[in-house]
Parts: sequence; structure tokens; C-alpha cells
Amino acid sequence: MSRLLQDTLLVTAACHPDDTALIAGDVRMSYREVTDYACRLAHALKARGVRRGDRVAIFMDNTWQCALSIYGILLAGGVFVVVNAQTKRDKLAFILRDSDSRVLLSEKNLLRVFGPLVEQMPTLQVLCASESKTLPAGVENLDDALADMPVQPPLQSTISLDLASLIYTSGSTGDPKGVMHTHQSMLFVLQSLVEYLRLEKTDRLLCVLPLAFDYGLYQLLMAVYTGATLVLERTFTYPAQIFNVLENEGVTVFPGVPTIFAMLLAAHERQPLCFAEVKRVTNTAAALPANFNTRLREIFPNADIYRMYGLTECKRVSYLPPEQIQQKPESVGIAIPGTEVMVLDADGQPVKPGEVGTLYVRGSHVMLGYWNQPEKTAHMLKPGSLPGERLLCTHDLFTVDEDGYLYFIGRTDDIIKSRGEKISPLEVETILYGILGIREAAVLGVPDPLLGQAVKAFVSVMEDSTLSEGQIKKLCGDKLEAFMVPKYVTFLPELPKSANGKTDKKALTAMLS
Amino acid sequence: MNMTMKNIIRQYILENFLFTEDESALQYSDSFLDTGIIDSTGVLEIILFIEETFDIKVDDNEMLPSNLDSVDNLTEFVQRKQAQTVAA
Repeated sequence: MSRLLQDTLLVTAACHPDDTALIAGDVRMSYREVTDYACRLAHALKARGVRRGDRVAIFMDNTWQCALSIYGILLAGGVFVVVNAQTKRDKLAFILRDSDSRVLLSEKNLLRVFGPLVEQMPTLQVLCASESKTLPAGVENLDDALADMPVQPPLQSTISLDLASLIYTSGSTGDPKGVMHTHQSMLFVLQSLVEYLRLEKTDRLLCVLPLAFDYGLYQLLMAVYTGATLVLERTFTYPAQIFNVLENEGVTVFPGVPTIFAMLLAAHERQPLCFAEVKRVTNTAAALPANFNTRLREIFPNADIYRMYGLTECKRVSYLPPEQIQQKPESVGIAIPGTEVMVLDADGQPVKPGEVGTLYVRGSHVMLGYWNQPEKTAHMLKPGSLPGERLLCTHDLFTVDEDGYLYFIGRTDDIIKSRGEKISPLEVETILYGILGIREAAVLGVPDPLLGQAVKAFVSVMEDSTLSEGQIKKLCGDKLEAFMVPKYVTFLPELPKSANGKTDKKALTAMLS
Repeated sequence: MNMTMKNIIRQYILENFLFTEDESALQYSDSFLDTGIIDSTGVLEIILFIEETFDIKVDDNEMLPSNLDSVDNLTEFVQRKQAQTVAA
């Protein structure tokens, strides 16, 4: 029986050591090879002082090393923190400091980002995947570090209430927050996902989503749990590459976000696509337009389509059983197995069908809280009916129908969802205010057919400023991940103000229409 | 001709994705993926750009890193496409 997340790997490897665990480009690894690597990494981390509960950051692209590092850290008793490879230096530094990571695992391509931090953080140990043996001072070659390590799992003292991971997510308050999940909460939700997605050992799960994003991460966790195969790709950027992989590797599960599905449908309209082997298509991160339900079936004629909703704070909230997609094409369904959801009014009473309320979530999948952020935690976790119990308040607005099926209405904060990624307007505004010459800045999400929402910045500049739209984008790009950089910049003599002197975003929104 | 095409493509990437005119910011052989310059929606913009600028048509099955993932790859790809058009 698996009590800890890493037990799922040890169990699968013990039962099916020669089955293919992972395909990443030309690399194919069996469960035995994956486990051997993870165990060697665990020993190498322990030799560098990693103890039970220590955080270890992974700053890598979607590579096989990234996937395996997650298990290596867990086997060492550590807590894994996967950082998106697009992250810029300042934010990486923030996450490393905030999580107090003891070790950073990274790769040569990203040396340009993390390199200068090595000197600034003398207690941080850095292991770098690299074919080159010459690395800067303070950076160890990962392969060399693993070379003489044993392949037996180290002794474990972790229990299921210990943290397994911190997943950093953007919030409306600016700096990203580390969502704390224990082994117990992650294993619980993993079993629930596998149950309703009806995954089997013979499945081949595609992962083009970043492993830093919980939706991508759980493709790996689910594959290992069921003994299936993960087909890991770096990105959906070059769709033809993914089309080839879908066919050549016999992918059966295709997880995507609306932007990916919009690109697929656009490609399909130019030249018809058909992937008959795919059995399940899943969507989350942003609402899937209802007309995609039927259009996607042309591309995936034999697939069940799952409309889902979730947030990192509990991983997944709901799913629409695929049999219901004709009857309830707009719904994101019902609570995932073993959990409960409630749509409550301002007085905490359940709303009647059709009325709008706030969605609350109850179950063992709810996070422990935000790392070192008790106030922000209290904003999300509310007392439940049982002593000590805490419900997750999503702060998202929903309705339910007569059968109890959920319908997403909107958010109550000003978070922008672009390409399925959460973007804090405050985080972008903070960077804009840091640019010399900008006097005022405000950021909004505007509708975009491909992205869901695009980032739009309104700025007013100093009288002597010669800043151009391109320069502002460039300076944002130096500090922000590409998806956060404003797609549009509008210059105004001054930004509209509300009575209390704050920027009036409603007035800005009105200017757009 | 080649240098011109290469420069046009590089200039487009610099202006639209790196927001700079500094040519040293992008080598001809730099992988867009490795350097984190371009994401999945960015590649659609590049395709639109090369289709319009060089009068070619990119098929879906050509949206591969070997064709599109650096200024060098893009230049060679566009030249191959143009040669095909002429031959046809």
C-alpha cells in the first residue's frame, strides 16, 4: 500500500520493472531505470545535507530529469518545488528565498537565469544537468553527483502528514504563494483523479503542460500510480511535433487547456486531423467553450471529453462525467470522487438552483495553507462544521442546476487568465512602476479568442519620457514570464481615478467597449 | 539574398519578441525554445509573418522545431519552400 507519494513509484517498479514509464523525445525509460535514477538522486541530495522536510527546487524545462527529480527529492524526504522554466531571475530568487530551498536542481540552458544567483545565495547548493563538464564555481554537474550513488531507496522517516510539495501560484496580492500539499492530500486526490478518468495501466498520457503547473505534474503522478506511460514533451509550441508524437507513441490521454484546443481546431480547419487512438481528452485551467465539445470530437472520434474545474489549492474540484456532455454542455460537473462542494450565499446558506453563490470545497485534497502566509491562508480556508476542519473558499462564483451540476460564472478577484495561466495584475503593475519614466500603470485582462484573456496595460508617462510600447514590453519581458508581458500598451495623459484617488479600473474597462 | 532574408527574420524576432534592436541579443543559431523567446502562440505569429513576407504557405505538418526553432532554421525552411514554389 502507498502511504507516501514516492511509494507509488516503488510499488509500480516492484510489480512491473520493465514496463515503459517515460518517453521524452529519444529517451525511453523503464520503471526500473526511473527508480534507480530517483534513488541515486535521493542519496546525492542526502549527502548534500537534505533532511526530512527540506525544500528542494527544480528549475528545469519539461525534461526527463525534471520528472525524475520529483521522485528523487521525495525519496530523500524532501519537499519538491517545481519552478516554471520561463521564470525570470528576480522571481526565481524570490521563490528560492521564500521556500528556503536547500538545493537547486537545474539545467545548462537555464544557467543564464540562475547563474548570477549562485554567488548571492552562498548556502544554496546547485546541481546542474549538463553535457559539459565545465560549469561555473558553485555549480556541480548533476551526472557526476549521481555517478557513485547506490540504487536502493534510502531509509524513510517521512509520514503522510508531512509536506510533499510547494506549488507556487499567482495571487491577486502580488508575490506568488507556495501552496502546501501533504503526501496525504496528494495521494488522496491522485486516487480520485485516476478513478473518474478511468485510467489503466495500458494508457499513455501525453504531457505538454509544464510540470510546474499542477495539471502537468499530475499527468506524471497519475502515470506512475497506474503503471502507465508518460509521454513528456517540452511544449505545444510546434504542433506538428505533437501530432507526430500522438501517432507514433499511441497516446491515449490528451490533457489540454482551451488555448491548446483552439490551436488544434484552427489546424484542423486548415487540414483535417484525426487521432483515433486517443480515448480521453481533458480540459481545465479555463472554461472550455461549449461548442468545442462537438468540434473536438471530429479530431478525437473515440475519446470521452472531460470538462473540469480546479485550483491549485485543492488540485481539482469538479468534473463533468463524459456521458453528461450532451445534456449539460456548459457545466463543469460534480465534485470529484470522495469530496463535496457547496455553493453558498453571503449568509453561508446553500443557494437555490440558478442563483449565484460562492463555491466552497470540502475534502482531504484541500491544501494545508500557503507557506509562511497565515493571513492569506485564512482568506482561503474557513472553519467547517467539524472541530478543526477547514473548508476551501474558492472565491469563485457558481450556480448549480436542479441536479446539483456546477456552472462557472466568474471570479471575485481581478486575476487574469491567459493561456490557462493565472496572472496577477498587481505583479505586472509592480514591474511597470519600476520602469523609469512611467508615472502611472494599470493592468486589465481583455477578451482574446486564442488566449482567453490578453494582458493590456494602461500607462501614463513622465513629460520628458520617450518610452515606446516596444521598450515597455522589453523591460517587462526582462522581469516577467512571457505570458505575463502586456500584449497591448495604451498611453494615456493620466489614468482615471475613483473618488478615493485610486485608479478606476471600471472606467478603464468602459474605455475598452 | 540569404543574409538579407536572415536579417529580416532576425529583426522581426528582435522587435516583436525581444522588443529590442540590439542584434547581439539573438544569434542566428539560438533555439527559441532553449532561450525561452517564444511560446505556442508566438509561433503562430512567426508563421503569419513568414507567409506574408516571403509569399509561402506553411502546412500544419511543417510546424516542427527543425523548420522554425531558430533564425537559421527559419531561413533554410523559407528558402526550401520558395524553391518548391519555383519548381512547381
